[in-house]
Amino acid sequence: MRPFDYTRAQDSAEAARIAGQGATFIAGGTNLLDLMKLEVMTPDHLVDITHLDLNEITQTEAGGLRIGALVTNSDLAADMAVRRGWPLLPKALLSGATGQLRNKATTGGNLLQRTRCYYFYDPDMPCNKREPGSGCAAMGGMNRLHAILGASDACIATHPSDMAVALRALGAHVDLMAEDGSTRTLPLGDLYRLPGDTPEVETNLKPGELITHVVLPAPVHGRQIYRKVRDRASYAFALVSVAAVIDVESGVISQAKLAFGGIAPMPWRMTEIEDFLIGKAPSEDLWEEAADLLLSDARGQGSNDFKIPLARRTLAAVLNEATRGDDQ
Amino acid sequence: MQTKLTINGNEHDLEHDTRTTLLDALRNHLGLSGTKKGCDHGQCGACTILINGRRINACLTLACMHDGDEITTIEGIGTPDNLSPMQAAFVQHDGFQCGYCTPGQICSATAMLEEARMGWPSHVTDDVTSAPDLTDTEISERMSGNLCRCSAYPNIVDAIRQVSEKTT
Repeated sequence: MRPFDYTRAQDSAEAARIAGQGATFIAGGTNLLDLMKLEVMTPDHLVDITHLDLNEITQTEAGGLRIGALVTNSDLAADMAVRRGWPLLPKALLSGATGQLRNKATTGGNLLQRTRCYYFYDPDMPCNKREPGSGCAAMGGMNRLHAILGASDACIATHPSDMAVALRALGAHVDLMAEDGSTRTLPLGDLYRLPGDTPEVETNLKPGELITHVVLPAPVHGRQIYRKVRDRASYAFALVSVAAVIDVESGVISQAKLAFGGIAPMPWRMTEIEDFLIGKAPSEDLWEEAADLLLSDARGQGSNDFKIPLARRTLAAVLNEATRGDDQ
Repeated sequence: MQTKLTINGNEHDLEHDTRTTLLDALRNHLGLSGTKKGCDHGQCGACTILINGRRINACLTLACMHDGDEITTIEGIGTPDNLSPMQAAFVQHDGFQCGYCTPGQICSATAMLEEARMGWPSHVTDDVTSAPDLTDTEISERMSGNLCRCSAYPNIVDAIRQVSEKTT
């Protein structure tokens, strides 16, 4: 690990101000320290935000929840209001990492964790995300974990979070504080950027900008399902995951919110699929058409070609589970 | 830099580099070698300790971030003359072979039972609003952050189940 200075921030404004001068936030540290040991990330100054007052989950006037960025993944998954109103979120959280990691990992850090691309983690290999302009070893290399949607010629890495996929389906926003203390709110989908020619820039955060809260809108009616397909039954990243909130009334789909993990550089959502499903009766043919919408631009890279049919089948399985009658 | 760590009820003043992980502080600075270094990347669980009662990977946190926290290591869980119920169950069920992962397994299992007592669901819990029984499937899922290269898993599950049944 490279040497670094360490500062413990006392409040959000101080943290954002120090980070605005070039320091890197550390909270749970479970991904950052791993990357620092490998010298994939080499911050010269860490600002410890774990003592900020951002660890509560409170109700909003709109009937939603405001989740402090420092709420651990464990506490968020165990919160009874979350479990009752937004069960999709604990399902996604609990499908990721381990008990030990979830006890440390925070809500904000989970959103900002880095890809698990093997080549990003290996400083001896080319990687445009780690070292812009050096090339992409995953193209033509091992790319089993990699993206089939939203990738570019510069980078085919995926975003690894399960939590972010559930939050995207649930319509979450993030509250931010800038280095001058000003605040703004972004829909989660606008937090992230596709790689394009600059895969090293993963978010629309300004220098020093701190995620202070994640805000969930009021619960929506419907079955909430998170299905994650992976190489082993526990403690593995998604090959494909589907987060769904689906409701059926009088034989037709009345509510459809869908997001996808493991297939793109950011938690993936296409509202065209949701609009297409609403008002139609569940059927296998309908699932095929929905999958066509999702995958019309999908492109495999060799070892990840299987993700295209896998995403199709996983979506169909989730939609079947979400729309089957209670008596079956 | 300087950090005051409270470990197994004892305060220690530590002079250390900012880079020192809590794991290295325990083993190299304080001689508490019961906590093991396996992968040093949060994948194996050999370094599992308790911070304020919660299990974490000591390799993936900095010592300087734990000023004022209550840290419990395997040395604070029990002693050879006074084994904790989990330690005794591991001995009784032969829940190890080489023993290298065992301190982490025991710290992890001890804290995991507390999580279950608080009603935390897991990935294999059908209804996340319920407080599930600790079936073998639940125990395995909740312990997936602790690898055993000797594959003593069946006996580890037996040991944890026994302690779970005695205390619930």
